[in-house]
Amino acid sequence: MKAVITVIGKDQIGILAKISTLCAQKQINVEDVTQSIVQGMFAMTMVVDLSRCDEEITALSERFAKEGETMGLDVRMTRSELYDAMHRI
Amino acid sequence: MLNTNDILETIRMISQENLDVRTVTMGISLLDCADEDPKRACEKIYRKITTKARDLVPVVERISSAYGIPVVNKRISVTPIAMILASARNPNPVDYAEALDRAAKEVGVNFIGGFSALVHKGFSAGDQELIHSIPEALAKTEFVCSSINIGSTKSGINMDAVKLMGSIVKQTAEATKDDQCMGAAKLVVFCNAPEDNPFMAGAFHGPGEPDCVIHVGVSGPGAVRAALAKEGKSCSIDKVAELIKRTAFKITRMGQLVGNLVSEELGVPFGIVDLSLAPTPAPGDSVANILEEIGLESCGSCGTTAALAMLNDAVKKGGVMASNHVGGLSGAFIPVSEDDGMINAVRRGALSLEKLEAMTAVCSVGIDMVVVPGDTSAAVISALIADEAAIGMVNSKTTAVRVIPAIGKKVGDELDFGGLLGYAPVMPISTWSPERFIGRGGRIPSPIQALKN
Repeated sequence: MKAVITVIGKDQIGILAKISTLCAQKQINVEDVTQSIVQGMFAMTMVVDLSRCDEEITALSERFAKEGETMGLDVRMTRSELYDAMHRI
Repeated sequence: MLNTNDILETIRMISQENLDVRTVTMGISLLDCADEDPKRACEKIYRKITTKARDLVPVVERISSAYGIPVVNKRISVTPIAMILASARNPNPVDYAEALDRAAKEVGVNFIGGFSALVHKGFSAGDQELIHSIPEALAKTEFVCSSINIGSTKSGINMDAVKLMGSIVKQTAEATKDDQCMGAAKLVVFCNAPEDNPFMAGAFHGPGEPDCVIHVGVSGPGAVRAALAKEGKSCSIDKVAELIKRTAFKITRMGQLVGNLVSEELGVPFGIVDLSLAPTPAPGDSVANILEEIGLESCGSCGTTAALAMLNDAVKKGGVMASNHVGGLSGAFIPVSEDDGMINAVRRGALSLEKLEAMTAVCSVGIDMVVVPGDTSAAVISALIADEAAIGMVNSKTTAVRVIPAIGKKVGDELDFGGLLGYAPVMPISTWSPERFIGRGGRIPSPIQALKN
């Protein structure tokens, strides 16, 4: 199953490291990363594969949100079908 | 390949612009619960609802969490209870309302609609009993919503029912006067009521629907307003309509996705998506604010009806492309107490009941969540219902009246219902008497528009 992790917040050192470390711990494979900084705001999207991870996505998304909170970031993990549905005809 | 900007736009719409799926509503037929013995009928009703909807709330919550889509309400609509009452011997309709209430509580939904009767052409067995019991039923229950259809384009307007409903609305407010007259906020009087409406208080499960079905109502006024604020500041009205269409498409696709997933997981057919802009009292999540973003100093000014007509049409055009089956009310809602911008427009004296009536001719539903003085006569409320029903009947559209007579209060006072029902100032209403007109009774003949064959 594919999912998307989004990270939005104030730019700081170690954001990518922290999120990707958590991915590795949970056996989540990162397939694509895009990040940008606009007026000091950091925005990153990660496309990930959950097929080797045995945790439910609802539990995972809570775990990532908590990890984000420690750095003051809005971190969300959602299944990827939503974005296809909304933005593709 | 997923596009980063698309992903971030979606996240922004959800986290900052109040985009959500407003309701996932399970429609359940109770036709097989009718019984000569009222007690047995109530048991069957409770058992059927709690069986069919047992997994509704947990499944919707799991999907909401996995896809990051907020789903605000989980609800149930049932067959109009008057149809079930018809075959019972000396039933007390309040017992049926209490059975619905217990079932709603058991499965964890926040409203159950269908304490209803369809009387647009006349009363049949069960109808009058149900209508007379509404004040007590809504006072004694927490989750039950009631709706009465008193007219249609095909049949005209049942003026006997209109007369009765003016008095019932007042009695319902009286019966709940210690609770902000809440009963009247859960009672709606329709013309051309849709049978697959997922929104409360008017949801019921029409007799032509399948045994069990999932309907979805989308929302998103905040997202539409934000899109206009970002890109539509000085463009022509054609571009404004285009921006609304594009946003409505995205909003509706989200609703369609949630509907498909819930339907698949519960093994229940997917009915319709209701393409609505449903506001909430949260700042920014307002249909009135969209009209102001289009260029009106305040909602209620001259130009409001034209801007709303364009908005309503663009929402439908964008939404219909995004959905397999469209139904329900589909259009922009203009409830006063549930829309921060409408509340402010009333407070500043820019929005009157007469302007709201004009607006209902070009958008979804009608005079909705409007608080009127407590001493408003039953005949005036009946006449307001008749006016709205006439707009619906002649224009072949749904119209409705959900007014709350604020018992013991006058213009300038406020009622606060809490939650999504919001709060509203008491609005002035014409006190010239329509008593003789309403007293005539009978039925307004169906208009020439009804003869389409």
